[in-house]
Amino acid sequence: MPGIGVGIHLAVDGLGLALALLTAFLGMAAIAASWTGISERTGFFHLCLMSVIAGVMGAFLALDLLLFYVFWELMLVPMFLMIAVWGHGGRYRAALKFFIFTQAGSLLMLVSILGLYFVHGTETGIYTFDYMELLDTPMGRATEFWLMLGFLAAFAVKLPAVPFHTWLPEAHAEAPTGGSVILAGLLLKTGAYGMIRFLFPLFPNAAEAIAPAVYALAVIGIVYGAVLALGQTDLKRLIAYTSVSHMGFVLLGIFAWEGLALNGALVLMVCHGASTGALFIIAGAIEERAHTREMARMGGFWSSAPKMGGAALFFALASLGLPGLGNFLGEFLVLLGVFGVNPLLAASAALGLVASVIYSLWMVQKVFHGPALPGAAMPDIGGREAATLASMAALVLWLGLYPAPFLDRMGIKGHIGKTASGIETGSAKGTGANGLEAGRLAEHRPDMGDAPERQGGRKEK
Amino acid sequence: MSATDLVAILPMLVLTMAAVAATVLAAFRTSHAFNAALAVSAFALALFSLVPASNAAPRAVTALISVDAYSLLFTGLLLGAAIAVTLFSYGYNEGREGGLAEFYIVLLIATLGAIVLAVSAHVATFFLGLEILGVSLYVLIASDLGERANEASIKYLILAGIASSFLVFGMALVYTELGTMEFSEMARRTGESGAGPLLLAGLAMITVAAGFKLAAAPFHMWAPDVYEGAPAPVGAFLAAVSKGAVAALLLRFFLQTGSLALHPLFIVFGAVAVASMFTGNILALFQTSIKRTLAYSSIAHVGYLLIAFLAGGRAGMVAAGYYLAAYFVSIIGAFGAVTLLSGKDRELDLLDDYRGLAWQRPWLAGAFAAMLLSLAGMPLTAGFLGKFFVAAAGVREALWFFVIAFAINSAIAVYYYLRIITVLFSPSYGEAPGPLPRLPLAGTVALGALTLLLVFLGVYPGPLLALLEEAASAFL
Repeated sequence: MPGIGVGIHLAVDGLGLALALLTAFLGMAAIAASWTGISERTGFFHLCLMSVIAGVMGAFLALDLLLFYVFWELMLVPMFLMIAVWGHGGRYRAALKFFIFTQAGSLLMLVSILGLYFVHGTETGIYTFDYMELLDTPMGRATEFWLMLGFLAAFAVKLPAVPFHTWLPEAHAEAPTGGSVILAGLLLKTGAYGMIRFLFPLFPNAAEAIAPAVYALAVIGIVYGAVLALGQTDLKRLIAYTSVSHMGFVLLGIFAWEGLALNGALVLMVCHGASTGALFIIAGAIEERAHTREMARMGGFWSSAPKMGGAALFFALASLGLPGLGNFLGEFLVLLGVFGVNPLLAASAALGLVASVIYSLWMVQKVFHGPALPGAAMPDIGGREAATLASMAALVLWLGLYPAPFLDRMGIKGHIGKTASGIETGSAKGTGANGLEAGRLAEHRPDMGDAPERQGGRKEK
Repeated sequence: MSATDLVAILPMLVLTMAAVAATVLAAFRTSHAFNAALAVSAFALALFSLVPASNAAPRAVTALISVDAYSLLFTGLLLGAAIAVTLFSYGYNEGREGGLAEFYIVLLIATLGAIVLAVSAHVATFFLGLEILGVSLYVLIASDLGERANEASIKYLILAGIASSFLVFGMALVYTELGTMEFSEMARRTGESGAGPLLLAGLAMITVAAGFKLAAAPFHMWAPDVYEGAPAPVGAFLAAVSKGAVAALLLRFFLQTGSLALHPLFIVFGAVAVASMFTGNILALFQTSIKRTLAYSSIAHVGYLLIAFLAGGRAGMVAAGYYLAAYFVSIIGAFGAVTLLSGKDRELDLLDDYRGLAWQRPWLAGAFAAMLLSLAGMPLTAGFLGKFFVAAAGVREALWFFVIAFAINSAIAVYYYLRIITVLFSPSYGEAPGPLPRLPLAGTVALGALTLLLVFLGVYPGPLLALLEEAASAFL
């Protein structure tokens, strides 16, 4: 639609590449996880699965705002069908809730996209949805703030940030295993990705202005998610709430908008995708064999399924942030970066780590240890599941032990020396100082070094 | 009246002659297939006659009719919709009692009335078209001969009568104030003299009448009952052709006369838009009948459409046109799916009737789901681009309040569309499936074509946008 400034513009940089690879990787894992779990209408299931993956992949690659929106929406309907058709007991409610929450957020984002389009058009005379053009759009503070809120609504629902998280436990718990893997591993990441790619670069001042509120939400999310996870008796819901907690770290890392924290958020996103995906695969495997998600009816599975127990222990340790595993690195970097910005925040966020130790170990203890319940014996994981879990474990280990290649290639290489005072200077600057803004904007943009053809003269570092 | 004039109004002449011919031929006990084929070929011929007519355009045929790019485009849309409705009706009417020949004759006349609305440039033609359309609809709604259909028809008759009286009174008031009945002249004189109270009152009354025909809240009470009582293909005709023709006329009337620039009228329209969106969507949440759900959803869609009216200007006109085209395809398709599934003795109307349909008839359910997703405004379907253009027009004019209401309502609406889709895809089929009725060929072809069109309009808007831009230059 060149007439109204819509084009098919795809590009990849380090951030996009990392997440696109994760998408392909978890896509395969999800298919492997659904191998035996989906026995009815397998063709249609895989149609839905591939459509979701296509939508996620497209969202990670699109650099045209309207195209991004189309991909963003494209994942919803097939994901909805996956939950609604192959889900468990409360699937309709869960699927509808998921859809309506995300759709409401997306529509607000669409309004914001349109607002940005017209603001940019009236200011510069160029009506376009192209991301590269829309960067540095001059606009008033109030306008910027309201437009930013539209984007934030969509991303915060998807991430999910407290208080928009209520769709998540239900959707995760009721979705089929493959669906849970995709949901936890990929869909949540699109929210974080959107914040890094769109929210900050497009609306740097407004994002800084709202950062304190988001910090608060993130910390609440970390602690609240962890506390709720402690109270769960349903295995899948427990894992779902740990996602809320971990995504709180990601949110914190992003809004600190500081080199270390941002890279930490990226590592955590990838590792959370792998480790939580793996935990969902294990939960799905247990459910397939023992026909329950209630932890009260589990116990002593280690004796009959030691390999599964070992895998579960490994990923639970990853999830609680054991040094040497990728999640630890991610959380550590986030905390380190945030500490520079606001020590109090980092301290309260660290509380979440304590809780995560409790719920992770408690989960393993409850499910795999203890006296074997009568009839608790079940077949151990087979070669297909073992291979899937092993490759996910390898990813987590690699990022934990030797992350340098990953960070060099895909990390966000902004030299962003922002401190707490940066927020104050940001708000003191006012609207008119465009010359001053431009210099700062360059710093606020994630490095797009891998798309040099689009980058042109914008490399200001 | 010159020969060129006659060429310009050829589509209407074709339909008139076809209606007369069909009436005469009906005396000879013609078969159902023949009657339907006659109607379809008349519509198709009228569609082709748009080509010579467009060569004669733009042309004012007397003061009453204006044949220009705008009216030709909408004539084309209405004729396309009429063809789809006829194809669906054929399978539906087959084996049912009730007037068969009459049904198609009245359908021809009703479409003629709709086209008269689309080409009208004068208050008299406005009224004439509305009455031709309205009177034919009483017959079409009651064509099923059932009790519900009769009730629906009488309800429509009484309320349409009231609306017409409002319309006539409003027209008289406008005439008193301005001394003319031509739209273009009205615009000029309003500009000169400003808006007096009589003019405003007159325009408000015309708005009430049009609001009734559009089924906009708070004039929507009749819609659910009538849509439910009427045969499904007639429901499609009501929701698309009848509504679309009035919307096309209203768009021209208000854009050309510039009345929406009048502040009080803008407020009235804005209130109607917001009320329609919320009423339609919220009440649709509680329906268990597919046809009623679609009726409420079409009330909400009028609300969305009115946002494009409020935005006005070229962008608003193009957005409204695209929205209408997308809405035509989706709502006719949705009613069409209901039509195809309806057996001889009873329509498949309850939500529960559709349980597990996707596993029985995957293609049909897929097409139905696509129509619903388009109504909900999901990307890759026509409905998304329609919504997108409307939202863009609203944002452009900084109608933030309306755009936010639009977004909220679209999110609410997702619930009831998805509920139907979940039912379609839910695994269990309630009772023993039993042999499903064979699908009528004509309707299946029509539904397939509509689905293709839906996707085409959803991914490749260029051609239609070009036509709409041309139409917008007809009078803006």
